[in-house]
Amino acid sequence: MSGCGECNGCNPKPPGPGARKEYVVALAGNANVGKSATFNQLTGVDQEIGNWPGKTVERAEGLLQYRGQRIRVIDLPGIYSITALSTEEQVSREFIAHDHPDVVVNVVDASALERNLFFTLQLAELESPMILAVNQMDLAAQKGISIDFSKLSSLLGVPVIPTVAIQGKGMTELSDAIITAVGTRPSPHVVLYGREVEERIRKTMTLLHEDAGDYPARWIAIKLLEGDPDTVWETKKQAPEAVTAARAFAVELEKIHGEPAGTILSGERYHAAERMVAEVVKYRMPGLHEVSMTDRIDRLALHPVLGYLLLILTIGGLLVWTFIIGAWISGTLLGYLSLAAPVEPLITGSVTDIVFNGAWTGFVAALTLIIPYVIPFYLFLALIEDSGFLTRFSLMLDQGMHKMGLHGKAIIPLVLGFGCTVPACLSCRIIESPKQKFLAAFLVTLVPCSARTIVILGVVAAFVNIWWALALYVFDFILIVILGRIAFRVLPGESVGMIMEMPDYHVPSVPVVIGQTWQRTKSLIWIVLPSYIIGSIVITALYALGFLEPINALLSPVTVLLLGLPVMTGIVFVFGIIRKEMTILALAAIFGTTIFSTIMTPVQLIVFALVTMLYVPCISTILALVQEFGWKRALGITVLETVLAIITGALAFRALSLVM
Amino acid sequence: MASEQLEEYLESILDIEEMDGIAKTSAIAKCMKVAPASVTEALQTLADKGYVHYQPYKGATLTGLGREMARKVKRRHRLLEVFLNDVLHISQENIHDEACRMEHTLSEETECALCKMLKAPARCPHGSLIEACDRQVESCSACLDENAPDPSGTRDETLIPVTSLAPGQKAKIAFIRGDSSVVQRLTDLGLTMRTEIQFVRKAPLLGPVEIAVRKTRLAIDHAIADHIFVTASGEQAG
Repeated sequence: MSGCGECNGCNPKPPGPGARKEYVVALAGNANVGKSATFNQLTGVDQEIGNWPGKTVERAEGLLQYRGQRIRVIDLPGIYSITALSTEEQVSREFIAHDHPDVVVNVVDASALERNLFFTLQLAELESPMILAVNQMDLAAQKGISIDFSKLSSLLGVPVIPTVAIQGKGMTELSDAIITAVGTRPSPHVVLYGREVEERIRKTMTLLHEDAGDYPARWIAIKLLEGDPDTVWETKKQAPEAVTAARAFAVELEKIHGEPAGTILSGERYHAAERMVAEVVKYRMPGLHEVSMTDRIDRLALHPVLGYLLLILTIGGLLVWTFIIGAWISGTLLGYLSLAAPVEPLITGSVTDIVFNGAWTGFVAALTLIIPYVIPFYLFLALIEDSGFLTRFSLMLDQGMHKMGLHGKAIIPLVLGFGCTVPACLSCRIIESPKQKFLAAFLVTLVPCSARTIVILGVVAAFVNIWWALALYVFDFILIVILGRIAFRVLPGESVGMIMEMPDYHVPSVPVVIGQTWQRTKSLIWIVLPSYIIGSIVITALYALGFLEPINALLSPVTVLLLGLPVMTGIVFVFGIIRKEMTILALAAIFGTTIFSTIMTPVQLIVFALVTMLYVPCISTILALVQEFGWKRALGITVLETVLAIITGALAFRALSLVM
Repeated sequence: MASEQLEEYLESILDIEEMDGIAKTSAIAKCMKVAPASVTEALQTLADKGYVHYQPYKGATLTGLGREMARKVKRRHRLLEVFLNDVLHISQENIHDEACRMEHTLSEETECALCKMLKAPARCPHGSLIEACDRQVESCSACLDENAPDPSGTRDETLIPVTSLAPGQKAKIAFIRGDSSVVQRLTDLGLTMRTEIQFVRKAPLLGPVEIAVRKTRLAIDHAIADHIFVTASGEQAG
């Protein structure tokens, strides 16, 4: 099939100087092998993070400019197999087959070569030009693992480059290899499986038509044997006899082995990977690493009592750190910015003044109220994440998450939600099943983000007492659990249990932590800042034009009759749609005071904070939800939460009036 | 002693042994609601037949033969409970007693048919793990897939669920229960048949189990791990 895999080095056709073509390189590999670090090293900061068309799977794209060549680098999702059981796997295999990247760089973990080569062999079946980047060589060396790269290269038929991506080691060699490979197109060898399997692959291949579409014939034959639904469906149209024959062959194989054909082939690939590893990997000091650093830390982090203690301290520490550092940065920034222009959300005057003021207020509010809180938060979280602790927390909380139909991995979006809901919603992409993804996003919108925390602290903790503020928090958590349980039952689809790799602990790498923080902050700036500014302009304009009084009147049945709040809070809640902490600004501006206890009773303050906490997710969140789940579901969540806020607010008003 | 009564004793001893290590006469008497004197007599008979090791005043432990027998009956008992609960919707308080009466008369064929119809359940309605069957198969597709040939023969080695391994214990994958998507997912991560694994630890509160396989560590949801059966190598590391 792939003609001369042997002589990939003998006929290099480096692209001529006149070539203006943009090449495409795809990075593929397991999760946790340093694929993102490699991607960052190759492309620098200039990256685009979006979704794969029609799928809520993250797609990162960047540009590598090297030796006068422009190379688009696509970071494929981190997956363990290409059996198309998950959307990530489907996206990856379709990209390689349909978009024909010039080279696929397979990043593998040097310490776990066997498991990684399993994936390499699957990639090789797609017969795309390939380079193997053996990453995390430093860790492998520490574990006493040495690898014969030239032998591995000759076994696979593709260039093999050792790298330490987080330190940038091997990146020049990798870039060179990519540049050479776009010309030579090194095609991987066909790795032969067991005789009874090979025989049936060959027989199936003879039944396939020459021009079978994007996928190679051997790949199609293997997928037909595995009973892959997509391939069966595609091939049925052109070569139904191949499908029937492959099914019969699969049954024969199943009879020999007593397991499904799909797992037989996986077994074959693992056998091939084992053979390669036996030839190229040497272990020094076997058995010396019985009690590693990771094991020692795990004894604490996964301890039934100390582990949970550590978890509570870490998450608590994260929040305390965020609000102490955040308040300081916010205060300093606001001081400087208010020197430039007044920051009062409501004014009267000419239209240009109003528009400018609206834009300026929105900009300042975004800059002083989101960024200062969110950056320290993401920084700390990225540290926990990169060091390996977050994986352990996922493990410890897995069983608890089951109560809400989620699993341990959902801890990441839920914790992110304490910072800002927008990146938290986007991070729900890491969850595999569509049902659990949506469920997690729904619950994330209820997690008190930094904006809501500011309202709770600024209204309730400051003017009622800290215990009522904490009570609101506790109430919110209870609500999340209850709603999670209900939604889990009501939503269609199934919940899938977690299978997660446990990476070793390591000292967090500065570029990775900063990169992660920047990615999250960037997604926030792109969505939050514009909606903040535009929203602020619209609302100040509406107010100046006198439209807000009718709105107050319109909302008064809810605000006054149901919630027992002053009539002016109608506008305030409208402001809060842009961003929750705008409610405080609006409240101050409308009543002309920042001592809220003079304008509302303690009961009113609590009800006000409660409703602010629960009603309509802010406009940025709604946009993020639309992007991830479509209009219908975003609207569903919005309506549901508004109704919920009104009901709980009305009940709280009546109940609290009796006791306070 | 009637075979029915014998099986009931073996089941009780298995339960008590799992909790206390050794089944004391008094504990068995309490569990089976009979007089201690009848227990002593029954244990003597079971010992004579080679099902238990019996030490007067100390208690009884199952022999290999007895354990296999007890496991088989337990499996049938729990399968029947799932059937009574999920299919017939018998009231919760009655299913245990019903299953106790039915388990002794269930044939191998009916047991298999029941397992197939219930799609190889992992746990009984009370949450106890259902043992693997003793057919010579490596996954359930051999039974569940209509095109697949009927498996023949029975297993020689005893399978134990991966969740009941001790930390540090090594074992080999022998059977993965459940539909093919679960099997495929685990196989792709390196849990292929006869692969050696090492049990690392269980997370607290029935959380995921952590196992080492092919130089990597995997945390697997407890409910998924319930489907993985192994043959223990017996070695303890570290």
